Amino acid sequence: MSDNASRLPLWRAALVMARRDFRAILFSKAFLFFLLGPIFFGAISATAGALGAKAAESSDPPKLAVALSDAENAAFAKAHENLAEAVGLPAIVTVPDSDRRDAAELLADKSDNFGAVLTGSLETPQLTGTEERIARWQGEVALLSAQALGGSSAELPDVNLSPTRTSVATIRSAQTATATGAITLLFLLTMLLAGMVLSNLVEEKANKIIEILAAAIPMEAVFYGKLFAMLAVSFVGIAVWGGIALLVLTLGSAALGPIPEPAVGWPLFVILFVTYFATAYLLIGSIFLTIGSMAPTVRDVQTLSMPATILQLAVFFLATYSLSDPGSAAEIFAVLFPVSSPYAMVARAAQSPVLWTHAAALAWQLLWVAIFVRTGSGLFRKLVMKSGAGGGHTKPRFLFGRKARS
Amino acid sequence: MLTEPNAKPRPLTDTSPPLAIEAKGLVKRFDDTLAVDGVDISVPEGAIYGILGPNGAGKTTTLRMLLGIIDPDEGVRRIFGHERPHEIARLIGYLPEERGLYPAMKCDEAIGFLGALRGLPVEEGKRRGREMMEAHGLGHAIDRQIRQLSKGMAQTVQLLGSLVHKPKLVVLDEPFSGLDAINQGKLEGMIRELADDGTTVIFSTHVIHHAERLCDDVAIIAGGKVPYAGSVDAARDRIPAQVRLETANGEGEWRSALPDDARHDAKAHGGHFWYFPVPESGIEALLKRLIEGGAGILSLSIERAGLHDAFVEIAGEAAARALDEDAAGDLA
Repeated sequence: MSDNASRLPLWRAALVMARRDFRAILFSKAFLFFLLGPIFFGAISATAGALGAKAAESSDPPKLAVALSDAENAAFAKAHENLAEAVGLPAIVTVPDSDRRDAAELLADKSDNFGAVLTGSLETPQLTGTEERIARWQGEVALLSAQALGGSSAELPDVNLSPTRTSVATIRSAQTATATGAITLLFLLTMLLAGMVLSNLVEEKANKIIEILAAAIPMEAVFYGKLFAMLAVSFVGIAVWGGIALLVLTLGSAALGPIPEPAVGWPLFVILFVTYFATAYLLIGSIFLTIGSMAPTVRDVQTLSMPATILQLAVFFLATYSLSDPGSAAEIFAVLFPVSSPYAMVARAAQSPVLWTHAAALAWQLLWVAIFVRTGSGLFRKLVMKSGAGGGHTKPRFLFGRKARS
Repeated sequence: MLTEPNAKPRPLTDTSPPLAIEAKGLVKRFDDTLAVDGVDISVPEGAIYGILGPNGAGKTTTLRMLLGIIDPDEGVRRIFGHERPHEIARLIGYLPEERGLYPAMKCDEAIGFLGALRGLPVEEGKRRGREMMEAHGLGHAIDRQIRQLSKGMAQTVQLLGSLVHKPKLVVLDEPFSGLDAINQGKLEGMIRELADDGTTVIFSTHVIHHAERLCDDVAIIAGGKVPYAGSVDAARDRIPAQVRLETANGEGEWRSALPDDARHDAKAHGGHFWYFPVPESGIEALLKRLIEGGAGILSLSIERAGLHDAFVEIAGEAAARALDEDAAGDLA
């Protein structure tokens, strides 16, 4: 018999393993939990997104553009100066006559973070901005106008409200919320998946299958099979939830109103999110699988996986912290550090329309995926049969020793 | 040491039977423990080969090295001439000592999966699995999950899974362990059938009777070393044939015909048993002296030494005692 007929190629061996794992997980209760997971994740991500938006507002609060006549601008600014210490007021930027533009144009100018624009006159002020924003600032504008006119605060002018659909401030806020939500979702998904792949391996060792696998196929094939089976399972989950989200958005688009787009647009953002999710999972999954190969019991897994979980948390906090300050040293470090790179880049996709950085980052991440998976599979092969595989009646020694069998 | 993974060609003049397994100087250390110390094994194709030794002797470690699950620290192993067992994984079937299957899998799926690991298409493996289960009286359990089976049934399913791809070499680590007497008998039958079909079978055991009944050749292993590897007959022939004499009388002139170190067992009903090697002067001369001396012969037989005697002779009393204790532990 020829060699080719006597050996299962690595990819086919991995496929046998992946197929088994994929089917086993897909028809398990764990997958149901995984499918329900996004409900909780969605709630957490939405909360995180809202908190992120608030944080973004705190770090770069939206301003009121004052586009009255030059004289009235000066009076309004003086009134703002007088009252700012006593009353909480939005920051203002006066727009001189020479730079007079349409309110919509000012709101769309991304160089300033305008939340609303004040036009008309001090007697008949007109406030243009998103409905929520102008409703919130209506009182302050009336107060400042009255003060600028020199009248008492009891005689406030009526402020005409002109609601618009978006503003730079709301777009920024929405993009920050999207970035924070995406990072949180990415973190939670990869953490759940890495935990699942780890449990799967430990269960396999408990079932004493691992020795049969080790005898039949290269351990690298087991490693690859497990890693990619879980990725495929996650894609099923993402497809299900993506489909539901698409359906909701399609059917409820009228009720929901316009949804602010991420900087790269929704279609590309979704593609990038899935791609970064895959790289983030492969990076952390290979670490967890290597840890699993060393641990013979669930208790040992918990102990050994602690540093990796802490690393994941650190990466999450780093990416969340750095998204509010794009281009900072922390953000660039987050982009370059392999494990945090997918998180930082998905935040960039939400906040910046520049695309070449994604091509470069993906190439960088894929390089590290190759390094991690190769190193992980090599360690897996060395460690998995030295940690009491098939054992159970004797206490296995891992990391610092190996246990002899009869 | 060979590094070429391809089969090593045999010289044209070589007329000895081709070897399924050839291992020379296998050494494996686990930290400070020398688990296997220079094991040499040669298993001819089509043979039933036993690795006989007490628990902890190095049987499993040796088999794991032969299968490529772990690599030896020193020495060479060749399976059908290949140094890397994974290269010829399709030709090998393996039943590990620690049985294991996915509990949620149905029986035919489990057999199909085990076959797929060895290159058999899953559906073909499942089809063969169903046929094999029917043939072994397990047809009623085909659609059951592994977790619903008894230990013996699950073990049989795993064994069938290791055979479903029709391997040329079957490696069984303590295959009789955990089976009742009926299933042990069935397994012995299966092993003989495999050998009849030309399959090489190597199994480890600490029960001498299985090795004695089944094996053409054995390797006796104790303390990580193999003091004997060869045919069962040759092992038994290392000890001279024993005379088993039963006499009515315990004393008399005839006693001078027996060697000084003859072992004596007095029986409750008054008979006496004597055990000693066949004398150099021959059995006829002995008989004459016993009759003339008035021994009162009740029976006399010449018995060939058993494998157990050979094991004691080869591996020593301590190893034999450990072997007996392990075997007794199986029955407990």
